Amino acid sequence: MNHKEETIRVVNLETGYNSKKGATVITRGINASLYSGELTCLLGPNGAGKSTLLKTLTAFLSPIKGEIFIEQKPLREYSDAELSKVIGVVLTEKLSLNNMSVEELVGMGRSPYTGFWGRMNENDRMIVDESITLVGIENLKGRMIQTLSDGERQKVMIAKALAQETPIIFLDEPTAFLDYPSKVEIMQLLQRLAREKGKTVFLSTHDLELALQIADKVWLLDKPHGVTIGTPEDLALNDDMSRYFYREGVEFDRESGLFKISHKLDQAVRLIGEGARYNMVKKALARQGIDVVDADDCDVEIETTDNCYIMNGKEVPSIEMLLDMLNLYCK
Amino acid sequence: MNRKTTMLLMLLLCLSIMAFLILNLLLGTVKIPVKDVIDILLGNDVDNRIWTNIVMKSRLPQSLTAAMAGAGLAVSGLLMQTVFRNPLAGPSVLGISSGASLGVACVVLLSGSIGGVALSKLGVIGEVTITLSAIIGSLIIMGLIAFVAQKVKGNVTLLIMGVMIGYIANAIIGVLKFFSAEEDIRAYVIWGLGSFSRVSGGQTTVFIVLMLILLPIAFFLIKTLNLLLLGDSYARNLGLSIKRARLLVIGCSGVLVAVVTAYCGPIVFLGLAVPHICRGLFHTSNHATILPASLLGGASLALLCNLIARLPGFEGALPVNSVTALVGAPVVMWVLFNKRKNEI
Repeated sequence: MNHKEETIRVVNLETGYNSKKGATVITRGINASLYSGELTCLLGPNGAGKSTLLKTLTAFLSPIKGEIFIEQKPLREYSDAELSKVIGVVLTEKLSLNNMSVEELVGMGRSPYTGFWGRMNENDRMIVDESITLVGIENLKGRMIQTLSDGERQKVMIAKALAQETPIIFLDEPTAFLDYPSKVEIMQLLQRLAREKGKTVFLSTHDLELALQIADKVWLLDKPHGVTIGTPEDLALNDDMSRYFYREGVEFDRESGLFKISHKLDQAVRLIGEGARYNMVKKALARQGIDVVDADDCDVEIETTDNCYIMNGKEVPSIEMLLDMLNLYCK
Repeated sequence: MNRKTTMLLMLLLCLSIMAFLILNLLLGTVKIPVKDVIDILLGNDVDNRIWTNIVMKSRLPQSLTAAMAGAGLAVSGLLMQTVFRNPLAGPSVLGISSGASLGVACVVLLSGSIGGVALSKLGVIGEVTITLSAIIGSLIIMGLIAFVAQKVKGNVTLLIMGVMIGYIANAIIGVLKFFSAEEDIRAYVIWGLGSFSRVSGGQTTVFIVLMLILLPIAFFLIKTLNLLLLGDSYARNLGLSIKRARLLVIGCSGVLVAVVTAYCGPIVFLGLAVPHICRGLFHTSNHATILPASLLGGASLALLCNLIARLPGFEGALPVNSVTALVGAPVVMWVLFNKRKNEI
């Protein structure tokens, strides 16, 4: 375990929007801390106020009430210039930018440190190179931004945040719009940055499964409950998880600490066997609303062997055919 | 694009300016031998006094005015496109040139109907008055836009506000025209055609000096402009004060348009087209490159337009605006046709 320090403390925070008609409060009574070296995920349904909370923490929005301390100093006492050296952000908004190379864009992360003309010195260039290497996008260096895929672009923006050399990095849904392997890659990258560089990484996401597997801490945000914080495992054991994300057809599996789709099971067959084939058959049957039991009184008996499936004494080569036969049988 | 190619292109732009400048001095309705033009420029005595007058009092000031005006409009257009993150933003879009027109319209059209003096007949005093009224008109509109910029958040909102303010200015001009004497309207219409040759004598020097002061100011904004490319949120996160940046960029751009419009009338398309041409040439959005490139490109293109407008055969000279539109409009269309996914 690496050494961790409190980098952000939030006291009695109320987030929302100030307008002429008065304040619209979205979340009340947030008391929490973020630590260096940790990856924290902000989870919650749409409209729960995730973006508002992130914007408030990055000073894009001012809090309605309460105080945010960043490295012991109140957020409102930071100037834009000071803050740019403490917090780096990666946003969801797509860059309406083209004809700029990856290297140049990452170089923009050095802006808080460069002088009046924005010219980079040796040191700046070295940091840009390091950031690019750290994210693993050396091969993209000379590419133009508009030619990148969403995942590549996301990595470039993370490299920009790294070049900014801020102890804290906030990311607003960094895994949205990405394919599954890219989602995993980005999350692992962020986790590695937290671990190796001691950064405080805080991100909002809708990718529950990933967040629960990779996050050190989870902030659950919900309109009626406010914020609940803990490790994914604690939250799972406390039933906070299932309460937050309760929906018809979704079930929180306390065994694995992950969500799964629950099927209504109104039929049963006998299934004999073990290992991956056994589990896959069980999964496929569950999708059809069929439960598996280990009792003698079933009409159907399926056995899984090393290379095939046996249904009521007949050999079946694939699960697809197995399901077809079951269908016929039921009719 | 590497440094070498960039420098080479810049050099080519400089050479094109030189070439067009020389052609502008050599070509015209009156044929003057090359040798004599060189002698006149070097200050040597030439037998033909008329030739000396044509080169020194007409062709040279006109060419220099064209180059400066083109540079100013192109830089101003680039600034607008960056700050509004809109490829179709240009000096005329924000209503700043409409402001100049309004100023001129007020003075030209009202002086006749109220004061009883046709300004068009007052010579130099008339010219200075027109220039001043154009500057005042555009600065007032610019002040209005800058004020609005502090109040509204989105750039699109601001852009629409600018366009609306432009419409209002044009509507007022329409009303003024309705009540004006015919010869005043004529004077106003001629101003509205735009020309690099309207400025004469000492005023040319004033204009060139003004531009030489204003243009370098834009270079102080390079870092700000590059940050603005990233969008407000990212720019702010990198330490940029958005409101101040917007004010500075709009202000700088507005003053440039105001001065150019005051001296040359509303010149269309150059400000919109040149930044696009330069982005196409240099394949970069980095203002450290694209700003000087637009400056040079603007000067070069304006000189070319001026040359075309005065080509032998077009005796009596075409209105510059027709030429800039003929060159500029296809460029804008080309940009739109080539628009790839997410580009511009």
